[in-house]
Amino acid sequence: MEYFIEGKTGNWELVLGLEVHAQISANSKLFSGASTDWGADPNCQVELVDSGMPGALPVINKHCIDQAILTGISLNAEINKKSIFDRKNYFYPDLPQGYQISQFEFPIVGKGHLNIEIDGGKKSIGITRLHLEQDAGKSLHDQDIDNSFIDLNRSGCALMEIVSEPDMSSPQEAAEYVKKLRNILRFIGTCDGNMEKGNLRADVNVSVRKKGDELGTRCEIKNVNSIKFIQQAIEFEAKRQVDLIEKGEKIIQETRLFDPSNFETRSMRSKEESHDYRYFPDPDLPPLVLNEEDIEKLRLKLPELPDQKKSRFIEEFRISAYDAEILVTEKYVADFFEQIVKGRDPKIVISWLTVELFSYLKKKNISLEESKIDPKKISSLIDLIISNKISNRQAKEILDEYLETDVNADTFIEKKGLVQISNESEIEGLVEKVLMENPKMLEQYKSGKEKLFGFFVGQVMKLSNGKANPKMVNETLKRKLSP
Amino acid sequence: MTDFSKLNITSALLGLKNKDFKSVELTEYFINQIDKKDSLNCFITKTFDKAIDMAKRSDEKITKNQELGLLEGIPIGMKDLFCTKDIRTTAGSKILNSFIPFYESTVSKNLWDSGAVLLGKTNMDEFAMGSANTTSFFGNVINPLKSKNNDKDLVPGGSSGGSASSVAAGLCLAATGSDTGGSIRQPASFCGLVGLKPTYGRCSRFGMVAFASSLDQAGPISLTVEDSARMLQSMVSYDSKDSTSSKKKIENFLNYKKYDLKGKKIGVPKEYLIDGLNAEIKKAWDLGISWFKSVGSEIVEVSLPNTDSALPTYYIIAPAEASANLARYDGIRYGFRAEEKSDLTQLYEETRAQGFGKEVKRRLMIGTYVLSAGYYDAYYLKALKVRKLISDDFLKAFKKCDLILTPTTPNVAFPIGEKQTDPIEMYLNDVLTVPASLAGLPAISVSASLNSDSLPIGLQIIGKPFEESSILSAASVIEDSRGF
Repeated sequence: MEYFIEGKTGNWELVLGLEVHAQISANSKLFSGASTDWGADPNCQVELVDSGMPGALPVINKHCIDQAILTGISLNAEINKKSIFDRKNYFYPDLPQGYQISQFEFPIVGKGHLNIEIDGGKKSIGITRLHLEQDAGKSLHDQDIDNSFIDLNRSGCALMEIVSEPDMSSPQEAAEYVKKLRNILRFIGTCDGNMEKGNLRADVNVSVRKKGDELGTRCEIKNVNSIKFIQQAIEFEAKRQVDLIEKGEKIIQETRLFDPSNFETRSMRSKEESHDYRYFPDPDLPPLVLNEEDIEKLRLKLPELPDQKKSRFIEEFRISAYDAEILVTEKYVADFFEQIVKGRDPKIVISWLTVELFSYLKKKNISLEESKIDPKKISSLIDLIISNKISNRQAKEILDEYLETDVNADTFIEKKGLVQISNESEIEGLVEKVLMENPKMLEQYKSGKEKLFGFFVGQVMKLSNGKANPKMVNETLKRKLSP
Repeated sequence: MTDFSKLNITSALLGLKNKDFKSVELTEYFINQIDKKDSLNCFITKTFDKAIDMAKRSDEKITKNQELGLLEGIPIGMKDLFCTKDIRTTAGSKILNSFIPFYESTVSKNLWDSGAVLLGKTNMDEFAMGSANTTSFFGNVINPLKSKNNDKDLVPGGSSGGSASSVAAGLCLAATGSDTGGSIRQPASFCGLVGLKPTYGRCSRFGMVAFASSLDQAGPISLTVEDSARMLQSMVSYDSKDSTSSKKKIENFLNYKKYDLKGKKIGVPKEYLIDGLNAEIKKAWDLGISWFKSVGSEIVEVSLPNTDSALPTYYIIAPAEASANLARYDGIRYGFRAEEKSDLTQLYEETRAQGFGKEVKRRLMIGTYVLSAGYYDAYYLKALKVRKLISDDFLKAFKKCDLILTPTTPNVAFPIGEKQTDPIEMYLNDVLTVPASLAGLPAISVSASLNSDSLPIGLQIIGKPFEESSILSAASVIEDSRGF
């Protein structure tokens, strides 16, 4: 479905490009050995380079390079054999060197693409480039009335800036792009994708145009840190631009900020005010030269990507594309599924995972990963259903309560006295008792009112306190009632 | 009794080994000399207590016949550009006036590991920007040498002026310097000493306050060629903390005499016969040529056609790098911070306006300008291309010759206060040293003769990359031939 903004003068289409900043998962920083752990006391994870001490020199952390290459490979991108680190010069208190080491003209990763699913179809989004850079520290302005403080723990952490082509044309596509990108990064373990911690954030470039027209002037919305905000920011910004143009005004190329409290973007600085960063090659770092062998080694190490996993799930477990897509949207869910599905009926597993468990999580408003639910907890429950120890219905009824405990399913239903009656003679006894106690109904049934079958089932279940195996009750009743 | 004033490193080591005197006695002698000649202003920070401690440790090792370092018990000066743990390091600037590093530069660490004794941190041009040691926040350094025809105080050269002056005045046995465009060789030449700038990448830059990262190299300033070889041997190392540090095998520089000059080709670049080259210096150059002939070297004329572009190229690249390297001095984390701080911009502006001297500001502005949008291609990028041409010139020349012999400077030491009005005039001091810096080549300056005022004239020998032994050997030819 085509997305457009309805203006007074007709429909406007959106042109969207994203620059995603992803913090690389690594134990130490891009150019220093300082730890990158989150939540440490301020300024406890800082080495000479990270605090810009005189005579400090940057030394490349090879692991970060490998992570960037892996990411490049997973985005079907060309890996540049030679790339250059540049200094991006500007003054800011949380930028201790007075420049950020980044890559400007020669990034480590060049053109690539990734596919998103949109309206049931596929769309390929071009990747312009991926480059490496240092993160800045943090300024804290709310700790004291007179002073600002600086925490350099984040200073020098490795970031990948992943720049897309302006290939997206709706907020939904932008959201799908970020989700897919985040998912890929998590699958290959190069970024944890945590947007709340700021480990993944996006600059969104928005412009509007009438269909077939030249590209419009774009505005860049900086540092948007949730997928919902990305969509809201785009919606607001596109409408703002359409209104302005239709009023006969011009769009000024500028950097804007999104304010989530009132869903609007506001100007941060215009192009004229924009910094002259005076990029130049960092003389402390020789060009980064990679050889084919090292790249190939990493290519072989690349784990299964979401799209590959999806295809495999469809083939291996004979499940629908729809179900497979749900499973691979999160690496954690896919892994969870794979741990449970071994030796079990995939259809039952999927239903329990994506319907029952997901609705439980939705009620609690947490992700599967956050819930810390042990896969064994789900698999032991499914086993009880498959082996007819409890009914599907029983299982659903007890699920919420069960998940709050830390026992396995066997122990839980034993404690609850929930074991299903699957003993044939016991069930036959129950059935016979019900038939005997309801002679009128039996007569009516025999005279042709076969609808009453359900009444008998219900009575048997009631008599057994819901513990009778429904399938066996059905079978036994059928046998007893058949002429 | 040994006359300490006549010692160099080599003879002092022999005296220590023979137990003629102790390192503590030697150190006390130099401490005494430093105090006596305080007016030369060679030291920014004196570390006498530490020196005595270090000397005692060396004496203990000598007494106990333990394994000794290459410079065991030798008192030296350390240019105040090298970060020294727990000892103030200023780079000659007000902005670092109170800065005490909690880490040690690799070069200084190597020297302490070799047993050297630290007398103090030597004065220098602010952030190594200068050729006369007249830009230091801590005042001018005075050359101990004087013209025999007048009593004017002369400059020691720069930027390693405190190091050169202290060695020449007999305040230490040797000192470290750093050379970006001539800052070791030019002061060595002005003070009648040996100054060696190694190949770029030979000495680690870790812990050395950066001026222009692609050019900065540490090196020794000493009384003799052999002393320079020994100092160099102690200073160099491959250092994983410096990404531009070379992994090339380090030879034993003390064996430099194995490099036989007989039959070697000495290149004389015609482009170094510049306008303004002092006639007496030209004569010294010719004299040098004759000495090499007499040891059996062959003299060949070579061409370095882009020589006249070297100085402008240098004065684009070095300030450009400096403009970024000095951005960290912002008053936020360490060093000087201005009182005026009503907002962030004012804090930055006042800190840097008050913290940096005039010459540093000039170069930061030049550097910022040449990197700016719209000027980058015309200046910085072009300078990088010319730098490559200059390097290629040397590569081509070294196909025809083994070493290149030139004067170190166009003039001898001049009186303090001269060449202060026009910066270009000051920059011209580096015209003969800058090309080898841009090409990253090893080069040495050694005193060859005295002019009519009895001021020293230095000759420069430029070698192939990582062939420091060859320039040491060639320098010793001059040292042996000059007759003083």
